[in-house]
Amino acid sequence: MNTNNHYPQDESFRASLNTRYRTANIWQAIFMSALLVALISLMALIYTVIDGAFGYVAFEYKKDPATFTSTPLEKLSKEELLTILKSKLSSGAYKKLDGEQPMQARSQADLYSLFLERLVQLDTKQIWSMTDSILHGAEIKAETAKKYPKAKVEFRSWVSPQFLSSPMSSKAEFAGVRTAILGSLWLVGIALLFALPIGTGAAVYLQEYAPKNWFTNIIQMNINNLAGVPSIVYGMLGLAIFVRVLEPLTSGSIFGVTDSNGRTVFSAGLTMGVLVLPLIIINAQEAIKAVPDSLRQAAYGVGATKWQTVWYHVLPNSIAGILTGSILALSRALGETAPLIIVGASTFISVDPSGPFSKFTALPIQIYQWTTRAQPEFHAIAAGAILILMVLLLTLNATAILLRNRFQRKY
Amino acid sequence: MNQSRSFDLTKKPRPGESIIQSLLFLAGVLSIFTTLAIVYELGKEAWLFFGNPDVTFAKFFGTTTWQPGIGHFGIWPLVTSTLITSLIAMFVSLPLGLSAAIYLSEYASPRARSALKPVLEILAGIPTVVYGYFALLFMTPLLQSIFGEKVEVYNMASAGIVMGIMILPLISSMSEDALSAVPRVLREGAYAMGATKFETSVQIVLPAALSGIGAAFIIGISRAVGETMIVAIAAGSGPNFTFNPFKAAETMTGHIARISGGDLSYNSIDYNSLFAIALMLFLVTLVLNLVSQWVVNRFRERYE
Repeated sequence: MNTNNHYPQDESFRASLNTRYRTANIWQAIFMSALLVALISLMALIYTVIDGAFGYVAFEYKKDPATFTSTPLEKLSKEELLTILKSKLSSGAYKKLDGEQPMQARSQADLYSLFLERLVQLDTKQIWSMTDSILHGAEIKAETAKKYPKAKVEFRSWVSPQFLSSPMSSKAEFAGVRTAILGSLWLVGIALLFALPIGTGAAVYLQEYAPKNWFTNIIQMNINNLAGVPSIVYGMLGLAIFVRVLEPLTSGSIFGVTDSNGRTVFSAGLTMGVLVLPLIIINAQEAIKAVPDSLRQAAYGVGATKWQTVWYHVLPNSIAGILTGSILALSRALGETAPLIIVGASTFISVDPSGPFSKFTALPIQIYQWTTRAQPEFHAIAAGAILILMVLLLTLNATAILLRNRFQRKY
Repeated sequence: MNQSRSFDLTKKPRPGESIIQSLLFLAGVLSIFTTLAIVYELGKEAWLFFGNPDVTFAKFFGTTTWQPGIGHFGIWPLVTSTLITSLIAMFVSLPLGLSAAIYLSEYASPRARSALKPVLEILAGIPTVVYGYFALLFMTPLLQSIFGEKVEVYNMASAGIVMGIMILPLISSMSEDALSAVPRVLREGAYAMGATKFETSVQIVLPAALSGIGAAFIIGISRAVGETMIVAIAAGSGPNFTFNPFKAAETMTGHIARISGGDLSYNSIDYNSLFAIALMLFLVTLVLNLVSQWVVNRFRERYE
């Protein structure tokens, strides 16, 4: 040991120093383990979802496909399927399906799943998670052969092109998220159309125009508080105002739409717009704050009016920040579920939303519905829908980050 | 030369500019209307609920069964389950969030920071309905395998723990901001006195940042109380007056979500009661948010 240091040299001091260092090291490990817990939680979450979205499925055909056609199932063409469906389905059921979407216009895959669902009547006996399927594949097959002699075992990915393009169905095997994705897109579209102009306007007012007085302070404080109001309260607000008070507008009855009530995608979009408004305002304010004052002074110096300064100098220089903030707000709106339940998203709807006044369902609503069902097949498609939602959110956030890095200006 | 020409220096009227300015003002004031609309609409329906002759103060706070449809108006089962899930969430998120914040602000190298921060940011961006799925299909089986049969399929503990994980990033990022705002001289002073890094962090930096950490804690509670999807999925459906975290019990938010998800007729006592609960939620979170702002302003240590 270095004997020339300036620490006191007696033993008791050295002993206490060692204890202190030991405590410090232990605590450092404890602090770090908190982050480890966060990391493990994140990985456990992702693992749970992926684990649920893939795996073995044991299923039976209630009726032998051979009674309908002699062609092997994989080789059925669209025309063959059409003839089979037309001849074997009752005419009422066929007409109903034709009304939802013309049979001629449907794809082969679509018709094939109709064939399996309506005629062959595929019946799922049991499903397994991905981990079980990989680790105990042979046992699963043996067990199935014993318990359900007629059943086949197949490895199935619950997220598939089929899953993306099918509408809702009461059977998990044939359910898809097309209506839900379209509903979500309508929803965030309407929310953004409402909140982006108003939010940016409010931010411009607060940063550029508002006098420094008590009233401005109240507005600012109010916006900060609104950002902390639970989303379910916004749902109640939407139910009271958009669904009930403004029903003539949101149901579209003043525009001549007659077949709906206030529980439309328009009401939900407006509710979501009000919910993300504070976030958009706060983000836009930050973006506008970052524009240096010298730019404004230069504009005034050459005789620009206040609005000319804002429109030609402040906004172009802060637009990247405003858009980044809006994308983040959008991803919040995409994942928000509680207000939609309150405002009344339909949980079972197989028709695509056709306009702002149609009934709708949305991705998070489907996830909620399917998760709360008891059957494991529904948990599997919930996991599939979660994967799609997460991919959408990741894309949005990555766009926001790219946008920020690409257009961020340094002054 | 130009002295004969006189300039008119009075302000020109610009109607376009004034119109734009009033529109911007309206956009700014709209947020006030949002708050007023929330208070008015929730208040109106809640008033109808409390105005009902069957709903008395003694029943509301004095009994422990909540079934407005058949005349039981005891709010306690919803309140206790909300408190229990929030409490569990805070027990998970406060120590973890604070430790993570101390590590990120005091210990981590810039490289470690840039690798670890995104983990928290991703956690913060996950929709709550996904956390609900996680609670029901991961946390509940995990708890069942540890504690055995007494853990019900729907239970407050799993919802609370997962809610804690959800709030962790919020607590950690707010606390980290507060910790990094403490000026460097304080740390250097402590080191000069021979303090270890741990002693500096916990005895010098932490107390100096306490107001920000307190604010983070309060905001965390407010988030936990208002959180809906996790408890709606994992905590159980049906009000249940119990203090056992392994039992199913519906929270205030979960109750609103379940009842309004069904077909609910307007102007029924059920419908009005939801607004009464929502008003309570709104007021509680509003007060918590205001308190947190007050804590920051009142107790902040200022360094010049």
